Amino acid sequence: MTTNVETLPGQGGMRPGRILETAGAWLLGILWLIPLVFAVWASVHHRDAATSFDLTAPLTFDNFASVWSGAPFGRYYLNTILLVSGILVGQLVLGVLAAYAFARFRFVGSNIAFALVLVQLMIAPDILISENYTTMASLKLVDTIPAIGLPYIASAFGIFLLRQTFKSMPIELDEAAEIEGAGRMGRLWRVYVPLAKPTLVAYGLVSVSTHWNNFLWPLVITNSVNSRPLTVGLAVYNGTESGIDWTLLSAATVLVVAPLLIAFLIFQRQFVQSFMRAGIR
Amino acid sequence: MTAAIPTPTTAPPPEERRRRAPLRGRLGDQAFAWALLAPAFVVLIAFTHYPIIRSAWSSAHSRRGDLSAVQYETLVNDPVFWQVLRNNLWFALGTVPTSMALAILMAVWVNGKLRGKGFVRLAYFTPTILPMVAVASIWLFFFSPGVGPINGLLGAVGLPTRNWLGDPDTVLPALMVMMIWKQAGFFMIFYLAGLQNMSPELEEASTLEGASRWYHFRRVTFPLLMPTTLFVFVVAVTDAFKIIDHLFIMTGGGPNNASNLLLFYIYDTAFTFFDPNYAGALTMALVVILGLAAVIQFTVLERRVHYR
Repeated sequence: MTTNVETLPGQGGMRPGRILETAGAWLLGILWLIPLVFAVWASVHHRDAATSFDLTAPLTFDNFASVWSGAPFGRYYLNTILLVSGILVGQLVLGVLAAYAFARFRFVGSNIAFALVLVQLMIAPDILISENYTTMASLKLVDTIPAIGLPYIASAFGIFLLRQTFKSMPIELDEAAEIEGAGRMGRLWRVYVPLAKPTLVAYGLVSVSTHWNNFLWPLVITNSVNSRPLTVGLAVYNGTESGIDWTLLSAATVLVVAPLLIAFLIFQRQFVQSFMRAGIR
Repeated sequence: MTAAIPTPTTAPPPEERRRRAPLRGRLGDQAFAWALLAPAFVVLIAFTHYPIIRSAWSSAHSRRGDLSAVQYETLVNDPVFWQVLRNNLWFALGTVPTSMALAILMAVWVNGKLRGKGFVRLAYFTPTILPMVAVASIWLFFFSPGVGPINGLLGAVGLPTRNWLGDPDTVLPALMVMMIWKQAGFFMIFYLAGLQNMSPELEEASTLEGASRWYHFRRVTFPLLMPTTLFVFVVAVTDAFKIIDHLFIMTGGGPNNASNLLLFYIYDTAFTFFDPNYAGALTMALVVILGLAAVIQFTVLERRVHYR
């Protein structure tokens, strides 16, 4: 910001301040991309070429082949997909219902109830791993996919966000639907949910990427291939004491992040826009 | 998030209208609202409120099961706890302001007239969607003493090289750098949303008045972004105490606890040393810290938001 103290706004063209800013923005952007570019680079090179950064080094896909056959990545993928979709459905259903109650109904204890929701905004289930493990053990759910997802399906962030969205909608639409004979659930389904679509999309994207990437709780609660998600699979791959094979690790990393990255590249514009339209700010 | 701050309106809020509804409707609404809340509350209570109470309960018991303050005595006399707490406070202090400042800078850049805006925006945001575990693996390589490119660069320009993650003096700052890289782009999105919701007339007015961009930012843009700042601050502080995935991959809390953080210590106590009662006491410490942070954030800072 200090580069353009003297520049006046509104003047077009490329003055020194503007050039400096552009250069700074690009430099930061390149810095921010380097780690990912490196991972992709190392994943398609042989062990010796990976760290020498020789641009003419031959490409190879052997790393991916050995990673894929070296660990049950197919299973990890399936587990992760089941996990994130299950969590998302749960969060949307529970979140929409609770947010509707908070946004449109007056009831005894609503302030206390809302405060109880906000507690989870500060003290996330991630922090309560020890006690939550005990709970899962008593429910006989340890090492299952539901155990990974359950603590997260009531999301304070989701409830809060949807409540804000519902509150900002004109009450007249609700009243019009009521006059037309729509019941309380009908109004939620036909008025509120369709209007909240940008928020639901933005929230869904955040939820999927969060739980695709979550590590600590799945690590604690799973102990077999049958339930382990990608992140835990990757970490197990990482845990070699006798030096790390960077090319294999990079290939495994690329395998884990590829679906999210591709989805993000395709939906980048919509993603950023739905974030903004949702007014998460 | 701005909507969380009450704004004066001319029309009566929906709650007001509902108060005038007939009694039967209101009673129905009561039951209906609670029925809507019930599923979420079962989960919230089971996995947030109940475990907090359980932590408090087990922290007030000795390992043999009788009521005692022994866990808290251990806590107060545990040098590792104090070191971990200090580490975590430094970690928060080192990462939160820097990543927020970078996030604002990034947002202003990609919101203005910038060549290749789409690409730059994408670059800033990429770290956000990568799993911390994967990111940690990549940075482990960057910091590694033998082949790591950071030492390679330093060596090439004749600066002393280090074992960044093996040295107690540099391990925490090294992890902070990675955390800032990981988070700044995420916070940028919130600021970008805030900037895009700002009326362009404000900047035009400043231009007409002959104010510099920096002056406009300081006196108009930044104050208007205060609600965003409060929200991002809450998220950033919580994350500083919550995110520990990288410790599993990069340092295991070492060397000599120099990079150990509170949640990682809780994990170790509960699942490596199998001491649930002491883990309960440590959890309570973390709950109290986050609770205090929440109170400070929502009282002190919210007041500042109103003064904008």
